[in-house]
Amino acid sequence: MSNEFYRLRVNGVDHEIRDAWTGESLLYVLRERLGLPGTKGACEQGECGSCTVIMDGEAVCSCLVMAATAVDADIVTVEGLANDGEPTDVQQSFVNAGGVQCGFCTPGLIVAVHHLLDRNPTPTDLEVKEAISGNICRCTGYGRIFEAVRQVRDARAADAS
Amino acid sequence: MSITNATTVDEALAALRANPLARLIQGGTDLMVEVNLNRTKIEDVVSLRRVAELRRWHVDEESNTLRLGAGVPYAEMERAPLCDYVPALAEAARTVGSPQIRAAGSLGGNLGTCSPAGDGLPVVSALDAVVHLRSHDGSRDVSVHDFMIGVKRNARHTDELIVAVTVPLVTGFQGYAKVGTRNAMVISAASACLVHDAAAGAVRLALGAVAPTVVRTRAAEAWLASETSLIGTPSVSEP
Repeated sequence: MSNEFYRLRVNGVDHEIRDAWTGESLLYVLRERLGLPGTKGACEQGECGSCTVIMDGEAVCSCLVMAATAVDADIVTVEGLANDGEPTDVQQSFVNAGGVQCGFCTPGLIVAVHHLLDRNPTPTDLEVKEAISGNICRCTGYGRIFEAVRQVRDARAADAS
Repeated sequence: MSITNATTVDEALAALRANPLARLIQGGTDLMVEVNLNRTKIEDVVSLRRVAELRRWHVDEESNTLRLGAGVPYAEMERAPLCDYVPALAEAARTVGSPQIRAAGSLGGNLGTCSPAGDGLPVVSALDAVVHLRSHDGSRDVSVHDFMIGVKRNARHTDELIVAVTVPLVTGFQGYAKVGTRNAMVISAASACLVHDAAAGAVRLALGAVAPTVVRTRAAEAWLASETSLIGTPSVSEP
């Protein structure tokens, strides 16, 4: 790198990344350099969605973001969703509905569901399926995940009315 | 090793001129797979992610064309208003990877990588698109047919940047379909884009993932265009 370090803004906090290699993915930097292991890495080719983060308002695969190109971006990881260690409504509903088995896909799904519901508070079942089509779960069969999303959607709608 | 996070096309071109071997990265959905899985060594990078100019598009009413910035993400092509201008491109965009991939991937990336299976490529071929290239020394326009020259090979010079693609706005049916080993999140085993240019009385059919680059089926096009009974019926006219 021509610069000795670059800065990343993650969950509202600026971090200086030093001695990094140019090709490092955002996923790698989050987990290995910033100590944020909530974001999971599996396929490293954008197929599984377990590394999903929000970057400038878009859900993206952090394994496909070259970290050193994300210097100006606002990055939110699964660690940045909860308030003071309290689970979010989405996280709690995954627990309530039993939408978690091995748990590996869960952080990516939680981020993707937050991203969906923050933009579209009343998604249809098809819209939910499409929104999480890039997050692969091999345990649950998705039934309880869909149920968890429905519960949040309905609870938020009830709160709003 | 260097990284240039360009914010303008000129800045990116200056960096490319200084180092023509630098790798260009837009959404990262191709290059990062190369890096992550093939352990491709990356020395110098010019990132286009922050170049706002590449994310713009506009319709020219006089020439009835759409000029689409090379960095416009697939997610935007899926949605109104772009999906109404070029429905086949919207259909192709919807088949690209997952929502996460479509938020990052772009036509510029598809053309830059020039994989035979690139989902946007049959569409730009069937629409006889023009690829706009710029370098520090000037700009040139290349027909997409001349631009795609082989498997992961294109006519871009190392100091050039794909800045935009222009496609005509046509009336008449246009659509895109692909088959793969499953219904979603899949690389094309074969794909096709059919465009009926009703005003010109022409039909254009492009096939993807079946040859080193996209194939245009000229004989089939001529036959389809001559079969006015076929293209006049609801099954192949406007949906």
